[in-house]
Amino acid sequence: MAKKILRINMSELSAAYEDIPEKWAKWAGRGLTSAIVSDEVEPTCHPLGPNNKLVIAPGWVSGTPAAPSSGRTSFGGKSPLTGTIKESNSGGLSSQKIAKLGLAAVILEGNPPKGKWYTLVITKDGVAFNDASDLIGKGMYEVSDILWEQYDHEPAVIGIGPVGEEKLSNAGISVNDPEGKPGRYAGRGGLGAVMGARGVKAIVVDDTGGPGVEIADEDLFKQGRKKLTDAIMQHDLTKPDGALNAYGTNVLMNIINEAGGLPTRNFSAGQFEGAADISGEKIAEMVEKRDGEGMTGHKCHPGCIIQCSNIYPDEEGKAVVSVVEYETAWTLGANLGISDLDYIADMTYQCNDLGLDTIEAGNTIAMAMEGGQIEFGDKEGARGVFDEIREMTPLGRIYGQGVEATAKAYGVHRVPTVKGQSMPAYEPRAIKGIGVTYATSTMGADHTSGYTIAPEIAGVGGDVDALEDKGKAELSLTFQAATAFVDSTGYCLFIAFPILDIESGWEGMAESVAGVTGMDISGGDVIDLGKEILKMERKFNMRAGFTAEHDRPPEFMRYEKLPPHNVVWTLTDEELDKVYAWVDGEE
Amino acid sequence: MKIRESRLRIELRVFATLRRYLPELGIGEPKVLDIPEGTTLGEIQHQLGLPEDEVKVIMCNFRQAKPEDLAQDGDRITYIPAVAGG
Repeated sequence: MAKKILRINMSELSAAYEDIPEKWAKWAGRGLTSAIVSDEVEPTCHPLGPNNKLVIAPGWVSGTPAAPSSGRTSFGGKSPLTGTIKESNSGGLSSQKIAKLGLAAVILEGNPPKGKWYTLVITKDGVAFNDASDLIGKGMYEVSDILWEQYDHEPAVIGIGPVGEEKLSNAGISVNDPEGKPGRYAGRGGLGAVMGARGVKAIVVDDTGGPGVEIADEDLFKQGRKKLTDAIMQHDLTKPDGALNAYGTNVLMNIINEAGGLPTRNFSAGQFEGAADISGEKIAEMVEKRDGEGMTGHKCHPGCIIQCSNIYPDEEGKAVVSVVEYETAWTLGANLGISDLDYIADMTYQCNDLGLDTIEAGNTIAMAMEGGQIEFGDKEGARGVFDEIREMTPLGRIYGQGVEATAKAYGVHRVPTVKGQSMPAYEPRAIKGIGVTYATSTMGADHTSGYTIAPEIAGVGGDVDALEDKGKAELSLTFQAATAFVDSTGYCLFIAFPILDIESGWEGMAESVAGVTGMDISGGDVIDLGKEILKMERKFNMRAGFTAEHDRPPEFMRYEKLPPHNVVWTLTDEELDKVYAWVDGEE
Repeated sequence: MKIRESRLRIELRVFATLRRYLPELGIGEPKVLDIPEGTTLGEIQHQLGLPEDEVKVIMCNFRQAKPEDLAQDGDRITYIPAVAGG
């Protein structure tokens, strides 16, 4: 059975299954969300208004039998935080279940009368529009528990917290994990507010009895899957008991600190004296010492063989939150001058429950610290920000809007954003390639959109001097293009590390996609297909009013020296403009 | 006349999966070594028993370095296995 597009209209409370038009036929995941948003969303529309849409799409291989680590769901729309196109993807249960229902994408459009809230229940029989007024005001932990209890077959629960209901710009979209807990976030860019603007509090997906995913060429799929699986299982980073499995993404805390690229106290230094105390090694130590429900090597979706997630335990060994990622430990830790993992875990829980992107939330608190409202290192003060948001005080609403709104409220000029979105856990002055990605990405400052850290720091996929300017425009573009492809597969982006080093893994990724879809593609087509996606996104942004002048790092990074390297941002604007010259020059 | 051999004092660190080779060190805790001048970073690695195929990156004073680089007095040297994430 050919896959369908499920279009849900919230003004009419209607659902329709549509054939996939030829122009979208080859895409899935990010490629498909960006194609649909490009074609159907007015680039100049208000992100919270009736003309924006939320598009949800599993990747090409999601839902196929035993494709390794292939549970990513792409969420797309116009971002309230950046005003650009946005694709934010997440692990959890949703991708495989949507795919197994025979759906290539779900499009949410229109909006119900003000004050009406719905839980959408998607099954093989169609869509139910259930009243969600009893869930309004509730955090994601309670919402996920209620819906997991209420509906059969351990469904996927996609939902928004109170911040999304209030349509604030730092609202993420939560997906539940195999234990039914929330916290797998399509966090970045405020897409939770776009879902809130549709009047949808939650989407329950039950794939029971669904048609499953058709595989065009079983042999080719199996061949690709084997090559990819072998690469993941062999590589030191992704193999069982490898660095990601044993320590999670937070294995990076000490390493980025050693590279002098760990943004500390709102990007004022590249090293944090408390890095070791909030590192992945420390989390592993706490899990072992506290000996209870905590764990490392946790998986965020069925079939993940990397298993980089963790469950952080409290002093009694009870689970506090899953997951404390590197970015989260950084943004709520080093970035605020806080070196206490118990506080970081509690604040992570608050983010997950309220429906906030952790990166933006930590940077927001840093603005309040930079502005003098809270001292750097003040744990109680930082924690209090979440109380303001939970109570939806006027100040809490400003915090919920993210970094730029908060910076303005406090008169702060050291604002680490590009296109309205704040920077993650890598200092662009010390690691230049990632700065190029932040500056030029179609998404605003985002490390996952072109992770040059691999060759610049980790020696993965090459060996490049982090401090050097030369060649970084080309490097970033290559990574941005490869990422756009991987974000369309349904595979976790972390498969990129083994396949950058092991060529047969790269081929295997492309072959498994070709096997499922029947498309005639191989490893050599990955970058070109990725560039097609980037081009759609760049063109959307151009129509929304963005120009090359928006592809710039924050001004203070050009004149403020960052210790320990004592470097400033030195890449020229001309160099930055090379990244998308192949699109911009077309007009 | 016997020429006295010049000695260097360096600080080294290991992280993540490499910590099992120096289990006495706390997380991020440096080991201070006294080594003869002319020792390379690769030789130090070998002396510490850090397997060649497990060390993916060497850093010296916050920058990537090579196994053949000579250690200098006061260097901060870090051996890193395959890591990434984010």
